[in-house]
Amino acid sequence: MDIRDLWSEALAGMLARPVRSALTTLGTVLGITTLVITLGVAATAGNQIVGRFDELTATAITVEVPDKPDPLVTWDAHASLTRLRGVVSAVALAQTDRSSNLQVTSNTLVDPTRVTGHTLAVVATGPELPRAVHGRMTGGRFFDEGHVGRRDRVVVLGEQAARMLGVTRLANAPAVFIGDRAYTVIGILGDLRREQILSTAVIVPSTIGADFGLKNVTRVLVNTTLGAAELIAGQAPVALSPNHPDELQVIAPPSPKRARDGVQDDVNGLFLILGLVSLVVGAVGIANVTLVTVMERVAEIGLRRSLGAARRHIAAQFLLESTLIGMTGGVIGAGLGLVSVVAVSATKEWTPVLDARLALAAPVAGALVGLLAGLYPALRAAGMEPVDALR
Amino acid sequence: MNPVIHLNDVSRVFPADPPVHALSKIRLRVEQGDYVAIVGPSGSGKSTLLNTLGLLDRPTAGSYLLDGIETTTLKDGARTRLRGHRIGFVYQSFHLLDHRTVAENVMLAEMYGRSGGAGGERARKEPPGATGGGYGRRGRRRRAEEMLEKVGMSHRVDFVPGRLSGGERQRVAIARALMGGPSLLLCDEPTGNLDSRNTGAVLDLFDGLRDQGLTLLVITHEDAVSARANRRVRISDGILTEG
Ligand SMILES: Nc1ncnc2c1ncn2[C@@H]1O[C@H](COP(=O)(O)OP(=O)(O)O)[C@@H](O)[C@H]1O
Ligand SMILES: [Mg+2]
Repeated sequence: MDIRDLWSEALAGMLARPVRSALTTLGTVLGITTLVITLGVAATAGNQIVGRFDELTATAITVEVPDKPDPLVTWDAHASLTRLRGVVSAVALAQTDRSSNLQVTSNTLVDPTRVTGHTLAVVATGPELPRAVHGRMTGGRFFDEGHVGRRDRVVVLGEQAARMLGVTRLANAPAVFIGDRAYTVIGILGDLRREQILSTAVIVPSTIGADFGLKNVTRVLVNTTLGAAELIAGQAPVALSPNHPDELQVIAPPSPKRARDGVQDDVNGLFLILGLVSLVVGAVGIANVTLVTVMERVAEIGLRRSLGAARRHIAAQFLLESTLIGMTGGVIGAGLGLVSVVAVSATKEWTPVLDARLALAAPVAGALVGLLAGLYPALRAAGMEPVDALR
Repeated sequence: MNPVIHLNDVSRVFPADPPVHALSKIRLRVEQGDYVAIVGPSGSGKSTLLNTLGLLDRPTAGSYLLDGIETTTLKDGARTRLRGHRIGFVYQSFHLLDHRTVAENVMLAEMYGRSGGAGGERARKEPPGATGGGYGRRGRRRRAEEMLEKVGMSHRVDFVPGRLSGGERQRVAIARALMGGPSLLLCDEPTGNLDSRNTGAVLDLFDGLRDQGLTLLVITHEDAVSARANRRVRISDGILTEG
């Protein structure tokens, strides 16, 4: 028998009752969908965790300082922190709700009718900031101890803020107005790898923060060497505020081990079992329907035998039919599963990790389910005596 | 030249309590081009005889030579191939596949035994309606259409069987049986489901096939059918008598 004939016969058999075939695939669709979602979400979430535990994040600590009339942390915070073994860099920041919504205008715009004001955040900090946020000066320079000491009215713009204000060239010392006071722009800070929000901020020296009510430190950013984060997280409050360490809130990266265990327990185990159970149910469904089909088509089997079909031809046809049904279920399941993974990722704002091997393996798995499910019905069909089948 | 069918003391006993002697020591010679009617009351063993001749059933004793080949000692696979190549069946209930078109139903006959590459195994003689050339997939539809033309069904090639009359269905089934040129056509009550007009059309068809040299065995209990054959054998309680 020509293999193409076998294919067209199996396909015709499957399409003879399209609704039944479609319903038969349901179990497999469900199983494969569940498996693809489980593995896809696990891979995506796993990737998310890997991302969170890259060197940068695994070494980043943030200390939140509650606002008190008597400042808990002083502006030389970075000095007391960098003394600790394991601290690479640190910087103190001040930002309040009020300073986050200040009207900033630039004088570089030629057209006076244009709306030139922007509501931007103003952040006061020290000269250590670029290093602590792994940033790069895309123009000009950051302020130094000199500017801070002299209380120079200078600002550094975050890259985005500079673009919004239309500040591109620093050669002729452009100015920006915060409220009605003018400040000279001396630099633009970009490529932030930490505290990316600063990209839209106007950064001022700590000593002129008072202009905007930014007197006290509200936050300290700390970067540690790899593996030191947990240790430093414990030591930082004491170093920053020896008298009131408990009042500081330390945000440290979670330990990688804990998170990974969590993912394995919650996502994988349960849903893998669910998917496999659905697949078994799907297989039983296919087996059942194929058996019914075989019984309905006894006369057809007899006819084929009388036309010279051997037992293996009959077995092959029913096996291929059930395999095709399983494969169809696998293809649909893979599609639904991948779409779901993308949807889940979208709601969680994750980057979906779509493994091409998963998309290929799913139809194969479906086909395998169909093949196994078809074994018994196919053997029953092949075992029929042509005389009985034609009676 | 070998007879197409040579039965020598063929018996078929069905194991039951008591055992059923469906065929008892049957002797029968059918030459090429014979047109034989098998008549007998219900339950006399007609279908058992036909199944035996069609290699769908094995006798419990005796010898059966088909085209000179001893079939009783052949393995299942060889019997299946022999059946596929040399024997065409026509049934009372047509056995057409409902979901396939007329052409597809006819083409089905070439899918197994009578498909390409089996050159040496094929019927010795040029079968009626054989067009020469190959038996591959390529010309299959054309050959099916030719067969349908022979049985006067060219105008229904793409119909499904459900939309045909009984007589038309039987003609399609005959076209299918003729595909690939068998040396023997076995018909079990081929007109049992047909009215007299359609019966006449099928019998005319059989006459034409006989004239082309095909060997025909037709089971029937209708005199109108058996009268058209050149030879009549009667079977009763498993015992075959000539005339
Ligand atoms: N598989 C079987 N098992 C037992 N008895 C059978 C079987 N097939 C046929 N018979 C019996 O053999 C006899 C001949 O049957 P059959 O050839 O079908 O008769 P016909 O076709 O002439 O009506 C009947 O008595 C029938 O009951
Ligand atoms: Mg009968």
